[in-house]
Amino acid sequence: MRQDHLITATQLSRDDIEAVLDRAREVAADPEAYAGRHGGTMLALCFFEPSTRTRMSFDAAAKRLGIDTIDMGDVDSSSVSKGESLADTVRVIEGYADSIVLRHPSEGAATLAAEFVDVPVINAGDGAGQHPSQTLLDLHTIRENHGLDDLTVGIMGDLKYGRTVHSLATALTNFDARQHFISPESLRLPRSVRFDLHETGAQIREHEDLEGVLPELDVLYVTRIQKERFPDENEYHRVAGQYRIDADTLEAAPDDLTVMHPLPRVDEIAADVDDTDHARYFEQAHNGIPVRMALLDTLLENAEAAEGMEVDR
Amino acid sequence: MSEHELRVSKIRDGTVIDHVEGGQALNVLAILGIDGSEGLGVSVGMNVPSDRLGRKDLVKVEGRELSQSEVDVLSLIAPEATINIVREFEVVEKNRVTRPDRVAGVLSCPNRNCITNADEPVETRFEVVADGVRCDYCSTVLRSDIAEHIDV
Repeated sequence: MRQDHLITATQLSRDDIEAVLDRAREVAADPEAYAGRHGGTMLALCFFEPSTRTRMSFDAAAKRLGIDTIDMGDVDSSSVSKGESLADTVRVIEGYADSIVLRHPSEGAATLAAEFVDVPVINAGDGAGQHPSQTLLDLHTIRENHGLDDLTVGIMGDLKYGRTVHSLATALTNFDARQHFISPESLRLPRSVRFDLHETGAQIREHEDLEGVLPELDVLYVTRIQKERFPDENEYHRVAGQYRIDADTLEAAPDDLTVMHPLPRVDEIAADVDDTDHARYFEQAHNGIPVRMALLDTLLENAEAAEGMEVDR
Repeated sequence: MSEHELRVSKIRDGTVIDHVEGGQALNVLAILGIDGSEGLGVSVGMNVPSDRLGRKDLVKVEGRELSQSEVDVLSLIAPEATINIVREFEVVEKNRVTRPDRVAGVLSCPNRNCITNADEPVETRFEVVADGVRCDYCSTVLRSDIAEHIDV
C-alpha cells in the first residue's frame, strides 16, 4: 500500500488490501515480532462521535506496536464545543502526534482533515460515508473463512446510512464477489455508492427479503436498522422485524455460511445464533487488533519512507 | 437568423451566451447570479429557432464578462454554448465551453451533512462525471438538479 492516508475504500486496490491483510496475518501469527516496532511515536484519537470498540481497538493496536496514544476526549469537553473548525483542530493536533484517527458526524470530514495535515489520517467513520478500517477487518474475517474470490455475499439492513456497508460493498468490487443487498425500500444503497459499484461493473442484486437468496450465500453481513431513521415508530418496528435473524432463519442457510456484524447489535441477530457455527461477529471484532496493527504499521512505514525521500533531496 | 427575428439588440460591452439548450436561459442567469436587482442590462431569448439545436436560448448581459469558474459551471447545463465577449459592439473573443475535470467554489453540496456545509475554511469541489458532478468530499452525485445548487 503506497497510501499516505486511509480515507475511503474506493482508494484501495486489490494489492493494497491484500498487502494489509497479509501483514495482519503475520501479526496474528506472531504478535511479538511487531511489539514495540513504532516505539517513541504518538497516535491521536479524535472521536467527534461516541465510539467504544473502534476507539479501544485503535488504542490497543497502537499500544501493541509501542505507539503512545493521546485521546481528544468527549466533544463536549473539547474546544470543538467552543466552535473551533475541524481544519483548525487537526492542524493543532498534527503538532502533537505522528498520525490521527478521526471519527466525525459529517460526511467528507476525513477528506477535509487530510487536506490540512501532513501526518497520516485514518477515517474511523464519517457520518453516513465510509469506515474503511472496519472494511479491512471485515475482509480479513471473510478471507480467513472463505477466501476472497468466487464469493457470494449478502449485505442486509440499513444500506442507506450504514457506512460499514458503503466501504465493504466498494472494496468487494476488487474481488470476484457477487453482492446481494437486502433491505427495505427506504434504506436501499445511496446513489453515491451505486455510482462506484456501477463504475466497476460489479455484479449486484437487490432484494426486499432474505429468504430467496439465503441458500446461495457464503457470507451474510447484518447491520442494525436504527429507530431514528424512521419518522414513525410503528413503521420502524414493522420494518426492523423483517430483517432480524435467529437460529431458525439459518436452518435454510448453507452449512458453511459465515454471519458477520460490525457490532454493536441490538436485536437484529438473536442470541441463539451465537451458539451456531455460523456466528463470526466476535471473531470479526477481535480481528480489529491485528488488522489495525497492520494498517498503522503500513501507514507509518509509508510516512517514514516519504520523510526519508524528502531528506535525501 | 436575422437580428430582427431575435428581437434583441446589440450590446456595447458584455457577454453574449449563445447556443444554450432551449429552456436553460434562466438557469444560465442563476449561474451568473443575475436576478435583475443588480441593474445590469439583460436580454433573454428563449426557444428561438437554431440550425444547430433546433431551438435554442440566448442570453446577453450588458457590462459583465464571465469568469472561468462561471464558464465551467455553465458547461454543465449548456454544453453546446458559445461565449462571446463584446467590447465596443465588437465580438473580441468567441469561445465554446469545455467540460472541466472539476469545478471548485461554484456549487454547494446538496448533502446537508457534508463537511463543506459546516463552517470550515474550504470551498466546495466537484468532479465532473459522465452525467453530472460528484462532491469530492462526501461523494454525493448531482445530476439534473445542478442549477439548483449554484452558489456564486
